[in-house]
Amino acid sequence: MSGVELLLQPSVLPRLLSGLWVTVWIAVVSVAGSIPVGLVTGWLMTRRNAFVRFLMRLYLDFIRIMPQLALLFIAFYGLARLWNWNLDATGACVLVFILWGGAELGDLVRAALQSIPASQYDSAYVLGLSTWQTYTRIIIPLALRRMLPASVNLATRIVKTTSLAVLLGVVEVVKVGQQIIDVYRFRCPDGALWIYGAIFLMYFFICWPLSLLARHLERKWSHD
Amino acid sequence: MSLTLTTVRKATRTIAALATAAIMACGLAACGPKAAVPSDSSASASGSASSNAQARSLDEIKSSGVLKVAVFSDKAPFGYVDDQGNYAGYDVVFAERLAKDLGVKPEYTSVDPAARVDVLTSNKVDVVLANFTVTDDRKEKVDFADPYMKVSLGVVSPNGAEITDVSQLDGKTLIVAKGTTAETYFEQNYPNVTLQKYDQYADAYNALLDGRGDAFSTDNTEVLAWAKSNSGFTVGITKLGDAQTIAPAVQKGNTELLDFINSEIKQLGTENFFHDDYKQTLEPVYGDEVNPDDIVVEGGVVD
Repeated sequence: MSGVELLLQPSVLPRLLSGLWVTVWIAVVSVAGSIPVGLVTGWLMTRRNAFVRFLMRLYLDFIRIMPQLALLFIAFYGLARLWNWNLDATGACVLVFILWGGAELGDLVRAALQSIPASQYDSAYVLGLSTWQTYTRIIIPLALRRMLPASVNLATRIVKTTSLAVLLGVVEVVKVGQQIIDVYRFRCPDGALWIYGAIFLMYFFICWPLSLLARHLERKWSHD
Repeated sequence: MSLTLTTVRKATRTIAALATAAIMACGLAACGPKAAVPSDSSASASGSASSNAQARSLDEIKSSGVLKVAVFSDKAPFGYVDDQGNYAGYDVVFAERLAKDLGVKPEYTSVDPAARVDVLTSNKVDVVLANFTVTDDRKEKVDFADPYMKVSLGVVSPNGAEITDVSQLDGKTLIVAKGTTAETYFEQNYPNVTLQKYDQYADAYNALLDGRGDAFSTDNTEVLAWAKSNSGFTVGITKLGDAQTIAPAVQKGNTELLDFINSEIKQLGTENFFHDDYKQTLEPVYGDEVNPDDIVVEGGVVD
């Protein structure tokens, strides 16, 4: 059996797609969870209170220095052993990716907020806007535009990093691929190339629309 | 920088849209493949204040209705996922029977070789049935039941550059899978052999096919089966090291489940269960070349 025939087997593509759904689910929930965490973290990072800033610094550096794989193992095995807090594999992944995405996004938010010149705040106050109005109507829209490219980059990184979930036993698209390769390893020895090729395309078609969206928004917001 | 009021409004609307999307995504989370919440069964049910992940008792397993079993999902014919997406194989047939006799359904967790100890110590599963070879190192961390299979190491290599003796491996590259007995055996006994390690069997075989290593070593049953259907490769060494046994493993100290499995294995021996299992799952792969009694252990007794 050739590799193309393997992909056309009735059960192969549906199974890969069901694996892809697990990948997409973890990625979407993680990215969605990272947004509020990142916004709050970024806002806290710009506070004057030295203690709050120190805590946020600690959080960011801890997450940034630790490899994601180590964090995943801590969340999956470590928490269970230390406090009998038994997250399932998917839950451990989502927790780690939200903490990671939140920290990284928080830093992007911080950088964007700090890059807004003080004159913008001053002008807003002069116009009689309250602090809340200044943030929601002036500062955040401006900051959002500046952090957009890096944020989309972060989202695609989260999508790709979900493949580490396989090491916790989550049966996502890569693992399903390996299972198919294994079942067909006698009948289709060169199946690996085709299955991994199909998985590559699947990741591409998830991450590509994100890039398109980012480009679209950038263009739209750069007018007027 | 010109900033009109419309831009601000538009941007605010976008933020609102994003926030809505986020909330919707969280709602979606509720119907995801697996709930992203701490699993209640073990964390709350055991209710112990112990600082360790406590294994579930037999009663807890029965009342939960599922026996959590760790199996391989890419190691045919022992544990794999078939065309239809169902778990199958020699280990899985045993798992099905074990669950049936407990009056519950099996729930499978796919493991890599190196994760088999950790899933037990952190109580992710009740029992590991993943071609788990009994070793002294592992006995310190988990409790093994009576064996249901025996195995020694084999070395498969390409025709033309066949490895028929271990001494030929000196200075060469040998492919192994992480966490397998082959890895420790070669590390301890043949330090001159360069080991190339992979997490997945599928990747290890690909490495051998691509010529990234000179040979691949793992359990002899596994390489025999593989070489049989991959022309161009021969198992030059069929028996290496001491014959070792394969047994179910449970968390250290979980004597309740261990005793149940042992009595079950003894009981199954009287009906020649593992020979039937062999016929059903392994014989189609090995054919007549292998004598079932060389592999199957019945009633937990190795002769």
